[in-house]
Amino acid sequence: MEETAVATDTDTEVAENELVEELLVEEISIDGMCGVY
Amino acid sequence: MLDRHLELDPQVALRPEPFGALAYHYGNRKLIFLKHPDMVRVVQALGDHDTLADTLRSCEIDETRWPSFESALAALTESEMLHERQPVTTG
Amino acid sequence: MSANPSRLVEQLKGGLDAPICLTWELTYACNLECVHCLSSSGRRDPRELTTAEAKAVLDELHDLQVFYINIGGGEPMIRRDFFELLEYSIGRGIGVKFSTNGAFIDAAKARRLAAMEYLDIQISLDGTDAVTNDAVRGEGSYDTAIRAMNHLRDAGFGEFKISVVVTRHNVDQLDEFKALADSFGAQLRITRMRPSGRGADSWHDLHPTNAQQHQIYEWLLAHGDNVLTGDSFFHLNALGEEPLPGLNMCGAGRVVCLIDPIGDVYACPFVIHDEFKAGSVRDLGGFGQVWKHSELFAELREPQSAGACTSCGSYDACQGGCMAAKFFVGIPLDGPDPECVSGHGEAAMLAASAERPRPMMDHSKPVRVATPERIPVTIGRR
Repeated sequence: MEETAVATDTDTEVAENELVEELLVEEISIDGMCGVY
Repeated sequence: MLDRHLELDPQVALRPEPFGALAYHYGNRKLIFLKHPDMVRVVQALGDHDTLADTLRSCEIDETRWPSFESALAALTESEMLHERQPVTTG
Repeated sequence: MSANPSRLVEQLKGGLDAPICLTWELTYACNLECVHCLSSSGRRDPRELTTAEAKAVLDELHDLQVFYINIGGGEPMIRRDFFELLEYSIGRGIGVKFSTNGAFIDAAKARRLAAMEYLDIQISLDGTDAVTNDAVRGEGSYDTAIRAMNHLRDAGFGEFKISVVVTRHNVDQLDEFKALADSFGAQLRITRMRPSGRGADSWHDLHPTNAQQHQIYEWLLAHGDNVLTGDSFFHLNALGEEPLPGLNMCGAGRVVCLIDPIGDVYACPFVIHDEFKAGSVRDLGGFGQVWKHSELFAELREPQSAGACTSCGSYDACQGGCMAAKFFVGIPLDGPDPECVSGHGEAAMLAASAERPRPMMDHSKPVRVATPERIPVTIGRR
């Protein structure tokens, strides 16, 4: 889990980048998923 | 990353969903969710552009979001969903 | 790759426009009579889908972009059109995994299967020795399964799966199952026994004890890398801080479902009962109509209430368990799982009505009543 830095003047840019980082893909295991063999 | 020529592997099926898309690789059985419609547009447009940077620009993705897209596309490459497009050889 | 799966899971719980994959029981006919059979299989149902009907379903699944199907039964290889349907499915871009007891995999079939792409095979086995296995699956079934595995290996099939239903009597064999799978270059899959089908009668004797549930959880955490579970043990997540790998959610009617041998569509293979029947592929609009518009699936895609589990701190981890397990032991669906690791299931079962739902489809072979005395009869010529 990302931790957002406490915003200070010097840290703001870094914190903003972290805040806007999007998780655009996610892999999942589909061994059947619950509900199939 | 931004200079790379990437394209979708032919063994991958891309199925649109309301939230984005599902990408399923018939060869390695991996299933990946593309969680944003912009990500789907970018993946679909990769083949039409020389570089990743061109693709992102053409899809009008704000540059502040480029790092997120680069990570995501790197992950897709890692999963073999995308590969380096073979350069076209000119005689 | 994933930092926070909960948003994704919430999206999946709301249902997808088409299944990702689904289970398709091709026939209720079976050469075995396993005591825990989830589909109470044995005899073919005369209303079975025809080859043409089955191909029409595959055409629909192609249009919906279902990625693969899990074929089972009964014993799917009993169907005369088994290979025809396999090839048709793969030809239409739908991968196939099929579950079999191995009785019909000889050397020639193994070679034929090895030559096919986009095909997974899962051999069922419930014990690492004949005594343990055959007690559940019938005499000779262990040898049959091993023989099939040998044929697949000799034919160069590649990595097949060995699928185990975890019971009270095979929990101590988990290491041996892993070793057996390794020896074949196969992948081990362990799944949860549900009180479904014939399992309704054998569940009380066969399901793991509370202590054994801990054992399963610990074993999966320690050795479960590369062991599949069909995501069927998420009710055990309440046992510890570390969740088992997987989505830990019920996909029934949301991401997956069952098509049964006569074309009925159910939420999942463990709930073959009118209560969980969404429709039929033979209805107007076919499978697609059922998946998209059935009342049952719409209900399942609504946010589910925690019900009796609301005040329990473990609900986020265990999601209230498995609806099939609850239904067939007579616990309300918003009640605790019968195997609730905190013990809430036991009280719920005591409170449950004596009138438990019975499996509605029973294709078990008739039980031969042994005649107490055989009187020899000779027919002679005069």
